[in-house]
Amino acid sequence: MSESVNAGEGRERVVLRATDVWKSFDAGTIKVLNGVDFEAIEGQTVALCGPSGCGKSTLLHLLGGLDEPDRGRIAVNDVELDRHRSRLGLLRHEIGFVFQLHNLIPDLTLEENCLIPTVAAGTDKQTAHARLRELTKLTGLSDRLGHRIQKLSGGERQRTALCRALMNRPKILLADEPTGSLDEQTSETVFHLLLDLAVTEGVTLVMATHDRGMAERCDRLVQMRNGRIHESRPD
Amino acid sequence: MIFLKLILTSLSRHRIRSLISIAGIAFSVAAMLTIVTVLQGAIGMFSGILSSDSEIIVFERNVSDLFFSNVPASAEKAIAGWSMVQHADPVLFGIVSSADHPIITCFGVTSADARIRKATWLQGNPANFDHHPDDVVLGERAAEFLNAKLGAQVQIGHGTFHVIGVLKTANGFEDGGVFMPLGVAQTFFRKEDSSSVVTVKLRSKDDADDFKKLVKTKYPDLIALEDDEFSRTYSQFKILKATAWAVGGCGLLLGGLGVANTMIMSVFTRVREIAILRVNGFSNVQIAGMIFGESSLVSIFGALVGLVLGTGFLFTLKLIPALHGYVDVTIQPFIVFTIIVLAFFTGVAGALYPATYAMRIRAVEALRFE
Repeated sequence: MSESVNAGEGRERVVLRATDVWKSFDAGTIKVLNGVDFEAIEGQTVALCGPSGCGKSTLLHLLGGLDEPDRGRIAVNDVELDRHRSRLGLLRHEIGFVFQLHNLIPDLTLEENCLIPTVAAGTDKQTAHARLRELTKLTGLSDRLGHRIQKLSGGERQRTALCRALMNRPKILLADEPTGSLDEQTSETVFHLLLDLAVTEGVTLVMATHDRGMAERCDRLVQMRNGRIHESRPD
Repeated sequence: MIFLKLILTSLSRHRIRSLISIAGIAFSVAAMLTIVTVLQGAIGMFSGILSSDSEIIVFERNVSDLFFSNVPASAEKAIAGWSMVQHADPVLFGIVSSADHPIITCFGVTSADARIRKATWLQGNPANFDHHPDDVVLGERAAEFLNAKLGAQVQIGHGTFHVIGVLKTANGFEDGGVFMPLGVAQTFFRKEDSSSVVTVKLRSKDDADDFKKLVKTKYPDLIALEDDEFSRTYSQFKILKATAWAVGGCGLLLGGLGVANTMIMSVFTRVREIAILRVNGFSNVQIAGMIFGESSLVSIFGALVGLVLGTGFLFTLKLIPALHGYVDVTIQPFIVFTIIVLAFFTGVAGALYPATYAMRIRAVEALRFE
């Protein structure tokens, strides 16, 4: 197991690691990541900051196994992704995603949307519903279970997406501008909830954001520019 | 449950498109059921003519159509004399036309023939059959369309005949036909001393194999087949059956293309949704299962609607007086089963490309441009 020394706190486990990661699109004409090295420690909240197009989302996609780097290595829980037992297993049990748009299925109810990952993973119904009750209670959505997505506010939708991401108890949560499409007040509520849940659930949170204020409230702030990490500042 | 709802959601989201696909399959299935059932019925009726009070049919080997078959009278008489034979009835088939009626089937039979003896005589007396060379008996429907009754003179082909009876049978071909004494038919169709077939009733059905072997030995130019054997192997029946299934199959193929179109559109409009399912751990098999589930539902539902439509259509056909006796609406379970299976596989085949496309959707590409 790989370990990292955090000044004054002893040994901590690295759950996500990117080593010299390069990524480009359109046959190499658009270079997005240019040799990124990144680590996230278990239970840590990390903010990825930087201007649009700097590679925040691409790095999150690579860390979550949704895409493959041109060069370099990605490891989750110290197992390299190309040697990981399966990317499917990763998405089902180890990593949860939250996006800027809630990406919920509009024809389904809040409850049904949240249960999708449990259907994919084949979780038994009783366990899935117990987990659903637990998460909707934490996010204040208990009385909205039967509501269709169209009937929910923007904040409720994003909280639903958060519940869905945590349904299978992943230990890593990757959030790509999770408050980017919300108003200031709702953003604050959702962000607060995100941090709370990360602590409650013992989840490592890596969040891409433009909001410097929010970023500074994370354990670590990683500044990206032109496909590289320019500054990695521990809290 | 959610998996099923994902399938139903997609179908209900584009109701009109789904309904058009269901209608495509339904009409194909209805067409197939109608065509196959009508033709099977027709074949059954034609077989019925041959198997009337008999279990074996003797005809000329290697003829493509029974109308071209010649069984010499000498062979017929010899066969009738074999100890294992209860009775042997020669039948001569002929087709003529009259004014306004391009096809009239004529049956040259003897007075001992079951078709004459066992039919319901609406007019006339069977005892008078075969007394004069210009006498004919008409089937009920033939009497209707020839506008003839007992004692009338009717023009059939190049001859004029005297109607000595009108009989009713359950068989459409017989009901629309003209029965002539065998000798009259032989002269009329210039097939003296021969018949088209000889229908044979044996004293014991156990003798069927021996009878067939004996025919083969004594008359190498003839062939004897049991009724069901004949129905299975007669080339005209095989052609008809193949045509029915081929025409129905073409209809189903069109229905399948409709399903394919619907499923392609369904996948194209749900790329993002499929990407989200992938991010949430859906496997290729689960994604494909969803697409195949949709197409299977469309096909099965379409097949059921088609079966109802087809059955209704068949019963409507049966009610048309002109088709009376020609349409047999006995829907065989085997045909229904085959059609449902074909419809199901058509739907599955129609979803092959869309499912493959859906499995290739990369979540990251679908989600990159939020």
